[in-house]
Amino acid sequence: MTNEWTVEAAALEKSYGSTPVLRGVAFAMKAGSVLALLGPNGAGKTTTVRILATLDRPDGGEARVAGFDVMTEREEVRRRISLTGQSAAVDELQTGAENLRMAARLRGLTRNGARRRAAELLERFELVEAAERRVGTYSGGMRRRLDLAMGLVTQPEVMFLDEPTTGLDPRSRQTMWEVVGELVGLGVSVFLTTQYLEEADRLADHVVVVDHGRVIAEGTPAELKRRVADQRLVLELADETAFEHACGSLDGRLVHADPGRRELSLATDGTADHVRELLDQVDPDRTLLTRFAIEAATLDDVFLALTGSAPSGLTTNREALTPTEETIDV
Amino acid sequence: MSDALTLAGRAVRLSRRQLDALLMALVLPVLLMILFVELFGGAIQTGTRYVTYVVPGVLLLCASYSSGLTAVSICQDMTGGIIDRLRSMDVPARAMFAGHLVASAARNMVSAALVIAVALLLGFHPHAGLLDWLGAAGVVLAFAIAISAVSALLGLFASSAEAANGYTFLIMFLPYASSAFVPVRTMPAWLHGFAAHQPITPIAETLRALLVGGAAGANAWIGLAWCAGLTAGSLAAAGFAFARRAG
Repeated sequence: MTNEWTVEAAALEKSYGSTPVLRGVAFAMKAGSVLALLGPNGAGKTTTVRILATLDRPDGGEARVAGFDVMTEREEVRRRISLTGQSAAVDELQTGAENLRMAARLRGLTRNGARRRAAELLERFELVEAAERRVGTYSGGMRRRLDLAMGLVTQPEVMFLDEPTTGLDPRSRQTMWEVVGELVGLGVSVFLTTQYLEEADRLADHVVVVDHGRVIAEGTPAELKRRVADQRLVLELADETAFEHACGSLDGRLVHADPGRRELSLATDGTADHVRELLDQVDPDRTLLTRFAIEAATLDDVFLALTGSAPSGLTTNREALTPTEETIDV
Repeated sequence: MSDALTLAGRAVRLSRRQLDALLMALVLPVLLMILFVELFGGAIQTGTRYVTYVVPGVLLLCASYSSGLTAVSICQDMTGGIIDRLRSMDVPARAMFAGHLVASAARNMVSAALVIAVALLLGFHPHAGLLDWLGAAGVVLAFAIAISAVSALLGLFASSAEAANGYTFLIMFLPYASSAFVPVRTMPAWLHGFAAHQPITPIAETLRALLVGGAAGANAWIGLAWCAGLTAGSLAAAGFAFARRAG
C-alpha cells in the first residue's frame, strides 16, 4: 500500500475522567519522513502516540496509520508499527539477549533467526558486553537502547518514539539520533515526541507544536524558527535594583527571568545590530548590565512567541529544558 | 500458540529468578507439613495418623500459594511497560495468560513433589499405584490451573503487585474451611453447608482416595467439574476484562 500520508489524525479528542487531554488534534505525516510532536509535559503527546499505536481509543475524531484505521483495523496497524514508550518496556529479570530473542520470537522469527537478529541488534546498540546480564543491572540509557532495539526486531513501516531521549545521557542520546537517521535511510517513517526544540530541529522534517491538547503551530523547523527567534540574549544584571528595574521595563517581552542569578532572557536573531539595540534599550545609561551571552532558543522561547505565555506544566528552569545539561550515567 | 510458548518460557524464567518468591514457594511446603503434622497433628483426631489425613490439605494449600503468584505476575505485566509492548506487537491476551498458567503449573509440580517428599520423611505411607499417582498429579494440576486462572483474573484488577498479593491471600483460606485439614463433621453446624460444597472438599477427598485408598466416587467428578468451571469462567472473565480495559 503506497500512500503519501502514512499517519493522519483528524479532530482527535480524549479525556481521562473529567480532564480533557486532547481537544481536536489534527495533523498528517508524509511516508518516509520524520514528524516531531513538540510540547511540554501534559500537552497530550503521549496520549496522541498511544491512540496512534492502538493502545488507547480516542473519544472523538479518527486516525489512520499506514493506511489503516486505528480503531477498526487494529491488527493491521499493529503489524506495521513499532512503539518505544517513555517507560522502558523490558523485563528486568531477563538478560538483554533474552529480552531481544523474546521480542523476535513474538514477531514470528524462528529460534535461529531470533538468535541472529538479537546478536545484530546487541551489536548495533552497543550492548554486546551487557548482553548476558540481567536488565535490572542496566543504566537508564542502556535500558532505553534495549527498548528501542526490541522495537526493531523486524522493520516497521512506522516507528513511534515517545520522548526517546528524555533523561538520557549524551552518548545514549547520540545513539538514538543516529538510529532515527538510519531508520529514515531504510524507508521507515518516524513519529517522535519531544520536549526539546533542538531535537525536533535536528531530526524532524515536520514539527507539530502542541499545548493543552491543541495544535498551536506546525511547519518545517525552518518555518517555525522564522516565527520564533532561534536564539536568546541572556543578560546578567548588576544588582537587585537593576534587576527589578529591567524586569519592569521589559515586562511582556521577557523569555525568562531568574531572580536568583539576576538573569533575564530576550529573544534575538543573534546579529550584532539586534543585540546592540537590545542592550541599549535595556540599559541606556550603561549601569545595569554586567555580562551577556547568546544561547540557543529553548521550548520556552517557542511557546512565548507562539502563545504569548509560558507553556503549561513547564517550570521556567532553563536547565530542565536543555538536553545537553542533564545526564544519567551510562 | 507459538506466542504462548514464547511467553511461557519467559514466565518460567521470571519465576525462577524471583528469588524471594521462589524461596517461599519451596520453604512453604516443608514448613507447613512440619507445622501440621508435628505441631497440630497430635491434637487432631481424624481416625488415622494425621500425616495420612493431611497430605491432600498441604498439597492444596501449597498449590493455592504457588498459583497465587500468578496474580502478582499478571499485575506486574499490566502495570509495567511490557503490556504496551505486547499489545503494540499484537500478541493476544490469551497468549499472555497461557504463558503465566504454564509457569504456574511448573511451579506447582515442583512444590507438590516437595510436599510428598517431606510427607514421606514424616511417615506418610501412601497406598497408590502408578495410575493413582498420575491421577493425583493430574488433580493437583487441574486445581493449580483453576486457582491460577482465578488469580490471573484478580491480578488483572489489582492496582499494584502488593494488592494482587493481598487478594490471593484470601484464596489460601479456602482449604482451611474444607475437609482438607479436619473432617467437616468436626466443624460447627453452620459451616457444614459451605465446607461440604465448596470446591476444595471434593478435590481433597479425591486426592485422599487416590493416595491412601478408598473410593473417590462422585467427588472426583464434582472436583474436576469445579476446576473446569473455575478455569473457564475466570479465563472468560479475564479475557472480557482485558478487552474492556486494554483491548
